[in-house]
Amino acid sequence: MTELNTKTIAELSDLLEKGKCTSVEIVRDVLAAIDGGDAEIGAYLTIDREAALAQAESADVARAAGRTGPLLGIPLAVKDLLNVKGQPCTCSSKILEGYTAPYDATAIARLRAAGAVFLGRVNMDEFAMGSSTENSAFKTTRNPWNTDCVPGGSSGGSAACVAADEAIASLGSDTGGSIRQPAAFCGCVGLKPTYGMISRYGLTAFASSLDQIGPIAKTVKDAAILLEALAGKDEMDSTSVDIDVPEFGKMLTGDHSLSGMKLGLPKEYFVEGMDPEVEKAVRAAVGHCQDLGAEIVDVSLPHAKYAIAVYYIIATAEASANLARFDGIRYGLRMEGADPIELYGKTRAAGFGPEVKRRIILGTYVLSSGYYDAYYLRAQKVRTLIRNDFVEAFKTCDALLAPVTPTPAYKIGEKMNDPLKMYLDDILTTPVNLAGICGLSVPCGFSGSGLPIGLQILGDSFKEENILKVGHAYEQTTDWHTRHPAK
Amino acid sequence: MADATHIDVSYVANLARINLTEEEAELFQGQLNQVLKYVEQLNEPDISNVAPTAHAMPLVNVLRDDIPRASMDQDTAISNAPAARDGQILVPKINDQF
Repeated sequence: MTELNTKTIAELSDLLEKGKCTSVEIVRDVLAAIDGGDAEIGAYLTIDREAALAQAESADVARAAGRTGPLLGIPLAVKDLLNVKGQPCTCSSKILEGYTAPYDATAIARLRAAGAVFLGRVNMDEFAMGSSTENSAFKTTRNPWNTDCVPGGSSGGSAACVAADEAIASLGSDTGGSIRQPAAFCGCVGLKPTYGMISRYGLTAFASSLDQIGPIAKTVKDAAILLEALAGKDEMDSTSVDIDVPEFGKMLTGDHSLSGMKLGLPKEYFVEGMDPEVEKAVRAAVGHCQDLGAEIVDVSLPHAKYAIAVYYIIATAEASANLARFDGIRYGLRMEGADPIELYGKTRAAGFGPEVKRRIILGTYVLSSGYYDAYYLRAQKVRTLIRNDFVEAFKTCDALLAPVTPTPAYKIGEKMNDPLKMYLDDILTTPVNLAGICGLSVPCGFSGSGLPIGLQILGDSFKEENILKVGHAYEQTTDWHTRHPAK
Repeated sequence: MADATHIDVSYVANLARINLTEEEAELFQGQLNQVLKYVEQLNEPDISNVAPTAHAMPLVNVLRDDIPRASMDQDTAISNAPAARDGQILVPKINDQF
């Protein structure tokens, strides 16, 4: 059998179950795709060939001995900020060059227990700060649909490798849209789970009240399978919530009716300056959901427009505290100094890239004496207003429909000199993190120049089943997800 | 809200322990002034009776049983240290009395 790398988790686990392929064969096809295409795409920072093949062999042995499971023997790529024991974890930063993870993140440990295979590390914006993966200290990742364009970010490598069939699925993290936006730019499915759904233990922290791990996959079903394996309370993360994890993987069936579901259309999400092709594709998707039986209602999220301002205060404040640990003492880069203060200043100057420096400085400023109330406290209060808007909307709606981004992917280099302009692109994704709710990005069309467009489906806290159901029904009755970028 | 133009990038960078070049300080000064100008819009909404949200999922007093258990061993814990000796991380001298 050829090109196992182009298949989904659900398809491969069926083939594995029936003995029609082995995990080693899958991993070999994926590695061949990486060897053939990644020089151009640049999704991977490091590839752990021998370990991946050894894990695949173990999975095949276990299966022969009677073990089953939807992730047993499935190769995945991991965003370079999740600790996988024995692998690098650089967060695409020079300050962590040479670092080897001494333990598994809980998300990784759970996937390992489910028999998944870890291919290697994929590129990202340094410390997840960015929307285009151009802030990586190590390499440029290109959009597989048009290699002149960015893949999105910060989980750009995670989306690009899935779109290019260089992994069956991947893990990313989403602080302000970093899973949903690259998934939309690369024509993949991306899920940002509810805050507290997945343990953050072993995820290098950017903004602790916003960060959440999630899957990037080829189909909604695959994202659901991964979510089921990842979710649940973990003693090592006190913000992980103790819920009964539904069987997400099994609940998505051949029934694609949305009758009985009420879907809200937030008028503020069709923002001024939105690309007409994006608006057209998303409105057509809304009509499609209506055809599937959903009732569409207008809703208002009047404070969503403040999300960027709130986000860039809260996220940078939390980042300035979290990134204080990178001081050249315990791990990573050290620039020598006569005393610790000199060592810190020189190490952080040499180790951090411009965007990380900018955000740490902004975060330090908004937390500093005299400015705390004016910026940080005020932002936290407006955050409450943003969250309350969603609480209100979900009193009547099962899910909300919106675009993921105002435009499709843009050219590499286009926005690098204007940080504020880059930040403003996050207007449709950041409210979800501030409110702590869940969001799904599903392909819903292409621009005239052939770039993917994403539909964003938002759900209330711990109502992932609603957004997965809507996303699955939409996806399975359209053919966007079956298209592949030209090789 | 504070006057947005008051950020002194060089001063704040020192608080954050990041040595900036003059070029960086000048560039960031302009860029962050722009960002702070943008966030002034947070003066618009009425927040007089609004409680702050620190976490979207408010959980308090998350406890677990206090039972000793195995943790990372010393060698592993310092395996990434830039300089180590005898199971300890080496740092530059902190003051002249030792």
